[in-house]
Amino acid sequence: MKLMVSVKRVVDYNVRIQVKPDGSGVVTDGVKMSMNPFDEIAMEEALRIKEAGNAEEIIAVTIGEQKAQEQLRTALAMGADRAIHVEVDEDIQPLTAARVLKALADKEQPGMVLLGKQAIDDDQGQTGQMLAALWDRPQATFASKVDLDGQKAKVTREVDAGLETIEVDLPAVVTTDLRLNEPRYVKLPDIMKAKKKPIDTTSLADLGVEAAPGLKVTNTAPPPERQGGKKVESVDELVSELKNRGLI
Amino acid sequence: MIYQEEHLELQRSVKKFVDNEINPHVEEWEEAGIFPAHELFAKMGKQGWLGINKPEEYGGLGLDYTFQLAFAEAIDNIQCGSLPMAIGVQTDMATPALAAHGSDELRKEFLAPAIAGEQVACIGVSEPGAGSDVAAIRTTARRDGDDYVINGGKMWITNGTQADWMCMLAVTGDSNESPWKNKSLIVVPLDSKGVTIARKLDKLGMRSSDTAQLFFEDVRVPVRYRIGEEGMGFILQMLQFQEERLWGAATSMTGMDRAIEATIEYTRERKTFGQPIIDNQSVHFRLAELKTEVEALRSMVYRAGRDYADGNDVTMLASMAKLKGGRLMREVTDSCLQYYGGMGFMNETPITRAFRDGRLMSIGGGAYEIMLGIICKFMDILPKRK
Ligand SMILES: Cc1cc2nc3c(=O)[nH]c(=O)nc-3n(C[C@H](O)[C@H](O)[C@H](O)COP(=O)(O)OP(=O)(O)OC[C@H]3O[C@@H](n4cnc5c(N)ncnc54)[C@H](O)[C@@H]3O)c2cc1C
Repeated sequence: MKLMVSVKRVVDYNVRIQVKPDGSGVVTDGVKMSMNPFDEIAMEEALRIKEAGNAEEIIAVTIGEQKAQEQLRTALAMGADRAIHVEVDEDIQPLTAARVLKALADKEQPGMVLLGKQAIDDDQGQTGQMLAALWDRPQATFASKVDLDGQKAKVTREVDAGLETIEVDLPAVVTTDLRLNEPRYVKLPDIMKAKKKPIDTTSLADLGVEAAPGLKVTNTAPPPERQGGKKVESVDELVSELKNRGLI
Repeated sequence: MIYQEEHLELQRSVKKFVDNEINPHVEEWEEAGIFPAHELFAKMGKQGWLGINKPEEYGGLGLDYTFQLAFAEAIDNIQCGSLPMAIGVQTDMATPALAAHGSDELRKEFLAPAIAGEQVACIGVSEPGAGSDVAAIRTTARRDGDDYVINGGKMWITNGTQADWMCMLAVTGDSNESPWKNKSLIVVPLDSKGVTIARKLDKLGMRSSDTAQLFFEDVRVPVRYRIGEEGMGFILQMLQFQEERLWGAATSMTGMDRAIEATIEYTRERKTFGQPIIDNQSVHFRLAELKTEVEALRSMVYRAGRDYADGNDVTMLASMAKLKGGRLMREVTDSCLQYYGGMGFMNETPITRAFRDGRLMSIGGGAYEIMLGIICKFMDILPKRK
């Protein structure tokens, strides 16, 4: 079985985000970029599935600018066998990403597509679900445990009420939650080997995918600056403070 | 830029390791005055980081020196000076001569386990009576059949209480011979009979690094534990110092960047006379000046690193980088500490540790005056001894 993992280039989680003065987005020039942490977890899970003998090949996919190949190299260094770069310069909306992954799934016929449950840039959390719908395959989102059993996967999901375990037929879409695993540190010899692994470049046109025009960002603004705090002595005082400020 | 995508990838994974496996423990280790070298080095060995530019036959990766430099800069994300120093002892101070000049057998026995992180190494040059003047060391290794019998003592030895073996400089020749030709580098297993680890030293900074004084009394090691030719020890050590000094400079820059960043953040928030401290021109200009100096140092280190990777002797540039790095550490941490005011004097503020740890670089691995002396030699302006 093949596994397909999507990885997105995002501003590193350690970077303090700055909004562009014109409100058109956040500053990414000269800012440290990394693989979306949830995608790293998806990559790690794919590696574990392969290492357990349940998959033969891992394909890493990214959709984005030329520089997103850096994240593919990270995926290859972690252990992906090959990579596909869908080169697109514009911002990618979830529906476009889902359409791309659907086109690639048709082509590659993976037994499972693994994605992060969301990307930490705009936290939309929609791509996996949309892909499952377009591909017409089962979905297991927010996975915190994945067990393979022949043509089925048993997936524990983190839901509001606690944990839910479901069984899905493969091929399926799995999106990963934070507690699924701890991604490995990339070993230097593997980084060197990754250099020799192939990256195929393709485009929306090659895949016959139309970019979804659905969303338009009209303005980006930083959250309001934190106001000075106040220490209270008791619960009563806390409650009355909150009431005074009309918060409860 | 001497780094390619692979260097940056290496730095990303080192940084992540530092954030997850090292930084959360630094406070505890600083408090304890020691860090678990065997445990940490084993983990790092698994990643291939303790033998980046060492020969593949002994478990190294055989990559050029620029990768080691990239590693050094990334490992300096550790929030103290001790750990980068202790790691550097393992990779760039105690092992370069062994890797380049040790016999096959010796490298299998000592280099391979150091690269794997199974053994901890230390470098034994300084003695109570000789630090700057390396040629004046007095520890002797007298030949007795197939053994050397070692007597003497070593001082200020980093990793000294935990190390499995020492790369020791000792006098193997006659005292009336030229002091540059009567010494040898010898690998001394520290569980040998007659080795005493006298004391762990209490220090101004570098507190999570164990620094020890060791005594050697009739310690026997086989002659085959010698690195290279007999009598070549001083020369080999001088060559080995290139990597030690480059390491020192290379592991100062990220820390200085961090100190400057933290100071910017603090002085932006803190107000005096109705405006953020950073809005004083004397403050923001000074920080810009310091940042410029750090970048200039970085350029010098990269140039030395590139040259060294290409197989050239970089003694002069490495000495300059160490000199400049040592001075700059003091300037940067002193200025930054100043802008923190009272908070800069509180141990809870990271700048105090940087200030204390940074002081060592102008002393250890050759005081800055010694660096100046070396540079003078290259400029041919050092007065000849009469
Ligand atoms: C924390 C720490 C860790 C160390 N780790 C190690 C280790 O692992 N292995 C090891 O072998 N050593 C180690 N050292 C020792 C270190 O290398 C020496 O302290 C250093 O080389 C200086 O030698 P010294 O202390 O004997 O100073 P001295 O030689 O006594 O010199 C004292 C001072 O005199 C001045 N001076 C000396 N010579 C000259 C000159 N020619 N011209 C002008 N001024 C001069 C300088 O200001 C110098 O700082 C360590 C030291 C410390 C503090």
